[in-house]
Amino acid sequence: METPVVERIVTVVGEHGLHLRPAERFSRLAMSFESEIEVVCDGVCVDAKSIINVLTLGAAPGAELRLKASGADANEAVDALVRLVQSDFDHQQITSRGAAADGSP
Amino acid sequence: MQRLQGIAVSPGVAIGEALVVDNEGFRIPRRFLPRDAVDEELGRLDRALAAAAAEVQRNRDRVQTQLGDEYAAIFTAHLQMLNDRRLREEIVDLIRNRHYSPEYAVSRSLRRYAKAFQEIEGEYMSERANDIFDIEKRILRNLLGQRREELSQVTSPVLVLARNLTPSETANLNPQFVLGLATEVGGPGSHTAIVAEGLGIPAVVGIGGFLTDVSGGDTVIVDGDQGMVILSPDEETLARYRHEVEEQRSLATKLERLRELPAETTDGQRIQLLGNIEFPAEVHQCLDRGADGIGLYRTEFLYLGRDDDPSEDAHHAAYAEVAETMADHPVVIRTLDLGADKLRTLPDPEDERNPFLGLRSIRLALKNRDMFRTQLRAILRASAHGNIRLMFPLIGTLMELRQAKMVLADAMEDLEEAGIAFDRDMKVGMMVEVPAAVVMMDMFVHEVDFFSIGTNDLIQYCLAVDRSNKDVASLYTAADPAVLRLIQMAINSANKAGVPISMCGQMCGSPMYTMLLLGLGLRSMSVTPSAVPEIKRVCRTVAIDQCQRVAEHALKLDNARDIKTYLKEELTKVFPEFPV
Repeated sequence: METPVVERIVTVVGEHGLHLRPAERFSRLAMSFESEIEVVCDGVCVDAKSIINVLTLGAAPGAELRLKASGADANEAVDALVRLVQSDFDHQQITSRGAAADGSP
Repeated sequence: MQRLQGIAVSPGVAIGEALVVDNEGFRIPRRFLPRDAVDEELGRLDRALAAAAAEVQRNRDRVQTQLGDEYAAIFTAHLQMLNDRRLREEIVDLIRNRHYSPEYAVSRSLRRYAKAFQEIEGEYMSERANDIFDIEKRILRNLLGQRREELSQVTSPVLVLARNLTPSETANLNPQFVLGLATEVGGPGSHTAIVAEGLGIPAVVGIGGFLTDVSGGDTVIVDGDQGMVILSPDEETLARYRHEVEEQRSLATKLERLRELPAETTDGQRIQLLGNIEFPAEVHQCLDRGADGIGLYRTEFLYLGRDDDPSEDAHHAAYAEVAETMADHPVVIRTLDLGADKLRTLPDPEDERNPFLGLRSIRLALKNRDMFRTQLRAILRASAHGNIRLMFPLIGTLMELRQAKMVLADAMEDLEEAGIAFDRDMKVGMMVEVPAAVVMMDMFVHEVDFFSIGTNDLIQYCLAVDRSNKDVASLYTAADPAVLRLIQMAINSANKAGVPISMCGQMCGSPMYTMLLLGLGLRSMSVTPSAVPEIKRVCRTVAIDQCQRVAEHALKLDNARDIKTYLKEELTKVFPEFPV
């Protein structure tokens, strides 16, 4: 069976961009999926599950993020991440799976 | 071989192994690992990451309960960083393929990210660098764990190389094993300089960034005469410096012969020569060098590097030990002389933009009376064990002095009521280090038993120069004519009123100024123990009228450079071989 690859573009909304807390939620949510997920901003491509690398993107409000997932749950992963970015990272509990990733080494 | 120029603050030459101390006061061990240690070191890295994550988790839970989710979020983010698999991969790669030590690898990776964040525009992003530093510290703390080698635990001779030594770090130095000091920042008169002088070890400060060029265990030379630090010296340089170390030893032996002889000028004027100490153990260095007593016992070490206030008994034990060892010889104990920023038990001062002009020293003591009273009670109790005198620092106004004496009177009354022994006639004096106090000396003479001129602060306040700021440190000099006039005023007022006056600043520890100070009428000096023999030697070689001529001429000169040149010439006339 071929591994599904899903790609979507989403625009960062809100006041401060992808700063510490949004990046934390973003990478934590990404970690809850099996798929490998990359995020590209301004030509720089990083692992979406690495908070520290997501932060180096310095994605400001209005920046376009290209999300690219490959793996069994690629569709779900990109959907969830796009929703998170579009919601301005506003919700405490985006999905129960996001919270479950917390604390695992 | 690499030569680095800094500021010479404590003379002598030391050769030895480097011990590199980072900002947090940790010792960063060797940068590279032996090949076969890699697996073990990787295990250590993972344990440290796990322990750091556990700490953050605990912090987060606590903050969440106390302050809510909003505040806990930052720890959640830190936790996420500690669990960042890319970060771990990078660190592991540095350890496995470059054979970096985990400590060094962690620092390297995280600092690269911190730098990247600092370069991102916008406050929100660039501030992330601080989060990275926080995590770096936390991982390092866990990596070093039990092996965290504090300066106090050094067990073999080393040269300590650091960004800057804080007072608490210097307080933890073990003089037995520290052969020399070199720091990236700091100027003459910085804490590092004072401690190095006190311990009699060579030191160079204000070198600028160099710690990244040196690894623990490298051979290093600290040349405290030339203000130079040499990393990985070649054989020829090493040989030359070894020869110099030998020469130092023979000069020290020569000076030691002076121990039993009094500090007396050739025309029979006895000079009181006292020692400055920071720790009780230094008393022996004073006695070994033939000092007449302790002219300045700094008490800050009792307060530093701890999370609570020292108890009255802790104070008392430290004071009584010195009092008993010195027997009849005078011991001048100076009360707390620190800024609020140095005491963990006090809230951080809010308006401290100019710490040297802020809440420090006697001002701090008068605002924290309980803490102050504890120290005064301990000093009073110690006065039953020997010849103790008490000295208040940084007195600027008569009101301050009176308030301090009032707290002392209260403490005496309490002890009296409790039937605890102390010396009711204990002499009480003050430091003369605020120019305002010099100007008001004719009034202060009625209210104290003695004075001691603190030149370091007096110079700083007179010339408006921060001596630890390397950009302006060159403006800081005891030879400034304005400083000399203040000192002359102070000595004259005290002598006229018959109130004893001494000097305990670094100025009187330098042989260059001895003749000048004797000529100005000073008859008591308190110097760093290692300087006692040299100063004694100068005293024993000169006559008072000769010194008076030197002082008279120096006071006619209008700038520090000419005054220095003149004083050096005069000293060279008396001691052709003195290295000035």
